Amino acid sequence: MSVKRLELLLLLALLAIAAVAVSLGESPLSVNQYHQALTDPGSPPGEVLWTIRLPRVAMAALIGAGLGLAGAAMQGLLRNPLAEPGVLGVSATAGLGASLAIAGGLAALPGAVEACALAGALLAGAVVVGLAARFREPEVLILFGVALSAFAGALTALVFNLSPSPVAVAEVLAWLMGSVENRDLTDIARALPPMVVGAGLCAYSAKGLRMLTLGEEAAQMSGLPMARLRVAAVAGSALLAGAAVAAAGVIGFVGLAAPHLVRAAARDDPGRILRPAALAGALLLVAADLAARVIPTEQELKLGVVTALFGAPVFALLAWRAARSWRS
Amino acid sequence: MTAAWTIEAARARRGQALVLDGASLEVAPGEVLGVVGPNGAGKTSLLRAGLGLMPLEAGRALLAGRPVAGLNPVERARRVGYLPQERRLAWNLPAVDVVALGAPDLPLAEAVAIARERLGRVGIADLAERGVLDMSGGERARVLLARLLATRAPLLVADEPVAGLDPDAQLLTLDLLRAQAQAGTAVVVTLHDLGLAARACDRVLVLDHGRVAACGTPIEALSPAVLAAVFKLDGALVETPAGLVVAAKRRSPTPS
Repeated sequence: MSVKRLELLLLLALLAIAAVAVSLGESPLSVNQYHQALTDPGSPPGEVLWTIRLPRVAMAALIGAGLGLAGAAMQGLLRNPLAEPGVLGVSATAGLGASLAIAGGLAALPGAVEACALAGALLAGAVVVGLAARFREPEVLILFGVALSAFAGALTALVFNLSPSPVAVAEVLAWLMGSVENRDLTDIARALPPMVVGAGLCAYSAKGLRMLTLGEEAAQMSGLPMARLRVAAVAGSALLAGAAVAAAGVIGFVGLAAPHLVRAAARDDPGRILRPAALAGALLLVAADLAARVIPTEQELKLGVVTALFGAPVFALLAWRAARSWRS
Repeated sequence: MTAAWTIEAARARRGQALVLDGASLEVAPGEVLGVVGPNGAGKTSLLRAGLGLMPLEAGRALLAGRPVAGLNPVERARRVGYLPQERRLAWNLPAVDVVALGAPDLPLAEAVAIARERLGRVGIADLAERGVLDMSGGERARVLLARLLATRAPLLVADEPVAGLDPDAQLLTLDLLRAQAQAGTAVVVTLHDLGLAARACDRVLVLDHGRVAACGTPIEALSPAVLAAVFKLDGALVETPAGLVVAAKRRSPTPS
């Protein structure tokens, strides 16, 4: 299958599942009510469809696309199929920023938690961009990312530890589990600018990611401005991952798994894989959010829980199959 | 004529260790220069320092008369194509896509056309669509050689291009590089096989402990004295119907 055809297929699948996701919900609508919602967006069924369900689905698609793209860019940059957006430590620091905001009582201020999460992500992003400009070796970024994640994780735990209010702790935990519930168009408008910039930077880095297939030195001698392309990939992924965490909490596995779903069709090309990986990420997250909503549970499942719950076994299966093909 | 590549009195360190201690190199268009020396002599460091991949503590490196340090990536790539010793490929791209990476300056269709032609030259046109990680080590080495040839640069630098190859592939690799030289390209290769270096290279540069121990025609550079002092070999280059060969044995350790 060509990449173009794959992208078309993913786009159609995404539209189909988005349509299903918009039409299904907690309060079932009759055929008449759907008709009313479509003809009169201001009516109560119209409100349900256009201001509750559609922004939620759009947000899931946006976050999923950002995570899929960031994951693909990271895998290309680090030349490692196990890389994902969180590997830079950006997700953990974004989580820390949000935790501090919630524990500090800022949750009531609209946009404050998101802003703090994004600030945390940008801070970590600036650190890793500086490292990427200085060191060529992918191992350096991975090691610093691990250290940054661990440190931010420890500080987040410290927030729990020192928080006098169990309510705040519960709130932080709920936020960290990831969700796109109750999102409106303002939330989307807030998440969009950093994600668009991040996507642009990743797209710009595509030819550098492809060249890195040959290794650092051959890429450096290839005539491409590798230093700039490497920084673009890191900054782009950090923006995407940071904005995703800021908008929806920590959602694992999508960034890791989405590139693998499309890798074969993109002929393993780390440049060509970016767009299909973004589409696959969007598809995965809209589907996961749909599952979170329709699986009957006492409390609605958190999106991050669903992606990890379904993602981990599927991923293990993929790894099993890949390992068998390596052996043969 | 301006030399394609000049390295003058290069000094460089890897960590604390001095790996280049005043080594120089010069190669002219149309010439194949072989760089030989024992393990750790500084062959790879000399290439890397001369290409601007490693900082020089003293000395200088010029590509077609211009200091390497002052060249931007495009200018540098226009002057030299480099095949590093490291042959690990990260992804299972089809061979033709990997070879096309040698010509990132061209539109994709032209780069692919060049890639197919180069794959034909290295004798694996039929493997163009095969994933490089599904290939044998020898096939992959040919793909990377084709990628080097696709750069169309006036200077080709190959670090151990024949390491791990069977004799036929070794000779094919050097024949292809020689053919490039006959068309006016300057070629620099590091080699471990002294016989191969003597047969395939116009000049041979012998490195030892980061210094040039000898440089000249194979007969001059690989003299019995150099074989003894640098390689601990008792012997000499011998002319045979198949070309020069090294007839030598290990020096018996001096009794202490």
